[in-house]
Amino acid sequence: MALGELGTQSAVRAGSAPRKRSRSRWWALLGMLPFFAYISIFLLIPTGELIVGAFRTQAGAFTLSNISDIFHAPYPQAFEFSLELSALSALMGGGLGFLVANAVLHHGVPRFVRPAFISFSGMAANFAGVPLGFAYIATLGTLGVVTTLLQHLGLFIYPAFSLQGLFGCALVYMYFQLPLMILLMIPVIEGLRREWRESASNLGASSFEFWRYVGLPVITPSLLGLMVLLFGNAFSAYATAQTLGVSSLVTIDIANLINGDITFDPQDAYALALAMIVIIVITIVVYALLQRRASRWLR
Amino acid sequence: MAQVTAVAEARPSSHRFRRARSRIPVWHLTWLVLAALVFLVPIYSVVQFSLAGIGPGQSPFHWYLTVFDDPMFRASFWLSIQISLETVAVSLVLMVPTVFWVHLRLPGLRAVMDLISILPFVVPPIVLVVGLLPFLKNITWLFVRPEVLSLIYVVFALPFLYRALDAGLRAIDLRTLVDAAESLGARMPRTLLRVILPNLRAAIIGGSLLTIAIAMGEYTVASLLEFNTFSVYTYTVGTSTAYEGVALSFISFIFVWGAMLALYLLGRGGRGAAAVAITDYK
Repeated sequence: MALGELGTQSAVRAGSAPRKRSRSRWWALLGMLPFFAYISIFLLIPTGELIVGAFRTQAGAFTLSNISDIFHAPYPQAFEFSLELSALSALMGGGLGFLVANAVLHHGVPRFVRPAFISFSGMAANFAGVPLGFAYIATLGTLGVVTTLLQHLGLFIYPAFSLQGLFGCALVYMYFQLPLMILLMIPVIEGLRREWRESASNLGASSFEFWRYVGLPVITPSLLGLMVLLFGNAFSAYATAQTLGVSSLVTIDIANLINGDITFDPQDAYALALAMIVIIVITIVVYALLQRRASRWLR
Repeated sequence: MAQVTAVAEARPSSHRFRRARSRIPVWHLTWLVLAALVFLVPIYSVVQFSLAGIGPGQSPFHWYLTVFDDPMFRASFWLSIQISLETVAVSLVLMVPTVFWVHLRLPGLRAVMDLISILPFVVPPIVLVVGLLPFLKNITWLFVRPEVLSLIYVVFALPFLYRALDAGLRAIDLRTLVDAAESLGARMPRTLLRVILPNLRAAIIGGSLLTIAIAMGEYTVASLLEFNTFSVYTYTVGTSTAYEGVALSFISFIFVWGAMLALYLLGRGGRGAAAVAITDYK
């Protein structure tokens, strides 16, 4: 607003305003040059290269064979595991995260619980990657503390369970998925207006009925949206799975394709990376659509 | 009766009423305990495990002492610290004037900035490195220097620093401050340095802590570019001797915990930290 007013004032004074203003606009845009140059070099151009590279042979000719390679062994298996792992960890982390966020906000909960959960979630959501992998090797690896404890109780989880398996890996991912869900879900549940709860209870609704007919319908788009976000979060994870020794994962395959001696094949890496971008863009679009729907009721 | 309690509830001062009516349902308690177990059992196990597997006559902190004695430990730790600080420096020099400029002169570009700030999420580290590698391999002098990691981490830190600075600038009356500084004869760089920066202190410190957390923990790019940063070192050591890897994990846990505690004490708490978690340096 203030900017507009100033503009008209100087226009009255200067007379030849439009040209001056547009010139100063160009000067202003010049100030953005360092930022856009940086982002181009380190983000936009590499991404463009990768997308173009996915359709090129090593010599530079156009080809679709890199793309069709995605559909041949071993990649479909890797995609299947990546997608299943992301979905399972999003469901587990998202489901429990929702329940915990709701419990933390219950007014009967002692006062220290809420800040404790929030600050600990902030910490845990960032405790990922290599250290997290080793933390779970110490917990549920073959010699892990919990594994040994269960053995003493006569419960042998191996070989049915393994940290490289779908469930084991999803359990590890819980460590960053759960806190992220708690942190993002708390404001959503807080957005459920107190008046709705009171009106429901005045009309004789039980807590269950409130959630069944009011709470869940309002919250569902946010809940799904956040789970989609968690899905994307798990899908692009690499270091944790690599530390656990997972063998078949899209991110690990890409790393092997650009790093390995025998497996070296940058063209396939481009194609897989492009496929990852496509999947992540889909998750973001779904997330954005659900968010838009969610904002209808929630502040 | 229900109405009376509802009214009592609306007033935050009447704790006695609230306590009396609402005992925590058992299932709520179950979820809280379950989450606490998910959070705490791995930490407990890390401590236990890092103190186990020790021969007779050795210190209970054997694995920690072994790690501390390793010159590679110090080298990699310092390398990571150095890279983190460089990342923070480059990020701030690039982002603070840019976001300031957008707010002051080009508010129309905000939507573009918002879009750019989600791009690092669309292009996770493993994907970005695929696109960057051929380009970097041609610039040999840069490719062999660890500073290249800082330059790449600036991109990963961008969404979080941008959001912190954007929120910080929204909270102050930028126009008035700049006009006041101008009318007192200050030029733009001086205004930025002496008027705007002090007002953005919390946002800058918060954004910098998040940046450090990202740069310290990053593994993907560092390992693929073959630099021995702290997380790459942890991985290498841990795959040969799990006990040492777990001891190193505990050290980085303490480090992350410290950074997040500082962030929490800054008063931004959960939400600022939540932002970090959306990075994919996992």
